[in-house]
Amino acid sequence: MASLFNAQSMLDQPSYSFAQPTSHSEPRQHSFYPYTDNGGSTLGISGQDFAILAGDTRSTSGYNINTRYAPKLFKIGGDGPNNTGSKIVLSVVGFAADGRALKERLDTVVKMYKYQHGKDISVGACAQRLSHILYSKRFFPYYVTAILGGIDEEGKGALYSYDPVGSYEREQCRAAGAASSLIMPFLDNQVNLKNQYDASQPQGFGKEPLKPQPLSRPHVESLVNDAFTSAVERHIEVGDGLQMMIITKDGIEETYAPLKKD
Amino acid sequence: MPGFDFSNHNRNIALHAKGVPLPKATSTGTTIVGALYDGGVVIAADTRATSGPIVADKNCEKLHYISPQIWCAGAGTAADTEFTTAIISSNLELHSLSTGRKPRVVTVMTMLKQHLFRYQGHIGAYLVVAGCDPTGAHLFTVHAHGSTDKLPYVTMGSGSLAAMSVFETQWKPNLSRDDAVKLCADAIEAGIWNDLGSGSNVDVCVITPEKTTLLRNFKTPNTREKKQRDYKFKRGTTAVLNEKVITKEQISKYVTVHDIGDGKAGVGEKMDVDTQPSAPS
Repeated sequence: MASLFNAQSMLDQPSYSFAQPTSHSEPRQHSFYPYTDNGGSTLGISGQDFAILAGDTRSTSGYNINTRYAPKLFKIGGDGPNNTGSKIVLSVVGFAADGRALKERLDTVVKMYKYQHGKDISVGACAQRLSHILYSKRFFPYYVTAILGGIDEEGKGALYSYDPVGSYEREQCRAAGAASSLIMPFLDNQVNLKNQYDASQPQGFGKEPLKPQPLSRPHVESLVNDAFTSAVERHIEVGDGLQMMIITKDGIEETYAPLKKD
Repeated sequence: MPGFDFSNHNRNIALHAKGVPLPKATSTGTTIVGALYDGGVVIAADTRATSGPIVADKNCEKLHYISPQIWCAGAGTAADTEFTTAIISSNLELHSLSTGRKPRVVTVMTMLKQHLFRYQGHIGAYLVVAGCDPTGAHLFTVHAHGSTDKLPYVTMGSGSLAAMSVFETQWKPNLSRDDAVKLCADAIEAGIWNDLGSGSNVDVCVITPEKTTLLRNFKTPNTREKKQRDYKFKRGTTAVLNEKVITKEQISKYVTVHDIGDGKAGVGEKMDVDTQPSAPS
């Protein structure tokens, strides 16, 4: 009878997936998986004198919706619990609990910086600090894809994107999260004008690719809106609401627009 | 012998100790429902088809034809629901021809369960069978492993809990036709909003002894929003490295060329596209 349950004898036919047979003397190993994927998507685009970060507000687990309003965008620094006067925004997508923890840590660090140095942290320094925070948990990572936005020391829009363990890069635009594979090619084409050539030139090998131009704020806002309304159509984990934060030299403007709820 | 059969009990204890998990119920994204009412039966379904987290079809048809007065709502593996209903529909037609009688809903249910049981759940079809026959209006559910239920109101698919919560709070006996249609549509909508596997529109099918009415896209609460920008590219945006024109005369050396239409615009086979009422082009 016991031989019936040996894994080998069961492999040649459809059957239940057997757990590794254990004898009664050995202890059974239970496991705990500390991560969950809460879905959703974020995206950031930087302009000449502004940076825009956006994210949908749906939080999911499996086929369920946890809530239709869970922000993925957080103001970093500034004063008090409401981050008044802040000029840096962090967006996090992936495991929501880790996203919150990460935001909480970076916010504390940025506030401590001002307390110790008497001036606001630059986005460049904040970006590097975030990278260090992520790498400090190299072997038990924050399960998130982060995007950091702000205004750099020259007054230009700054955008930094990260992987879960701290590799980072300054970019013009970046999409992250569940629908990133749907949104990123759209951004490549519409922001960096990839695969587009000068229509006025004659056809042939000499035809010049279009050069990316700085985009106006209303232009970028409409691109963000269109990116999300399209992602909602084809990705089940994206929807409910679109939260946007626009960072300029004057501070952060926040907007919310409803998305489809199915 | 009356009562339960416990002959598998000791075996199951042994299996469980060896690490065999309990059988797990699975269903892929869909909400389908059905409800009996005074004078007929209603079934309804959402129209979203998914592959993983991606929406494969925003307006698919989950209401399948079995016979003029018997219809089936399908959840689970799309191909399985499509082919199982088709083969049972075909066999039922032959059966009704050889008996010379109108097909019965119980017959469909029995043929489905025998077919599905033979394949031990590997055919992932979860079905709601409904229809009217000489013995009255009937409603059944058939699971992939071959088990069946006969109930006045039923739900299936990943949105079944959302839909059943509507039935359990609002269903009452002796519904009118319009009330039954509304109740089923509301149950599907609960699935559309609260289950990520379900979405888009509501399809309804009403069957009475006299006639069957398929209400395709009975509700369309998820029409696409208009884009804010225009994404038309200027002519010449795509770089063309090489161009070669083959004339009609040249190609007619190899194939026979017939001119159809006015010769200017191409006339191909028209494809049926599911368009939503206010969807932009």
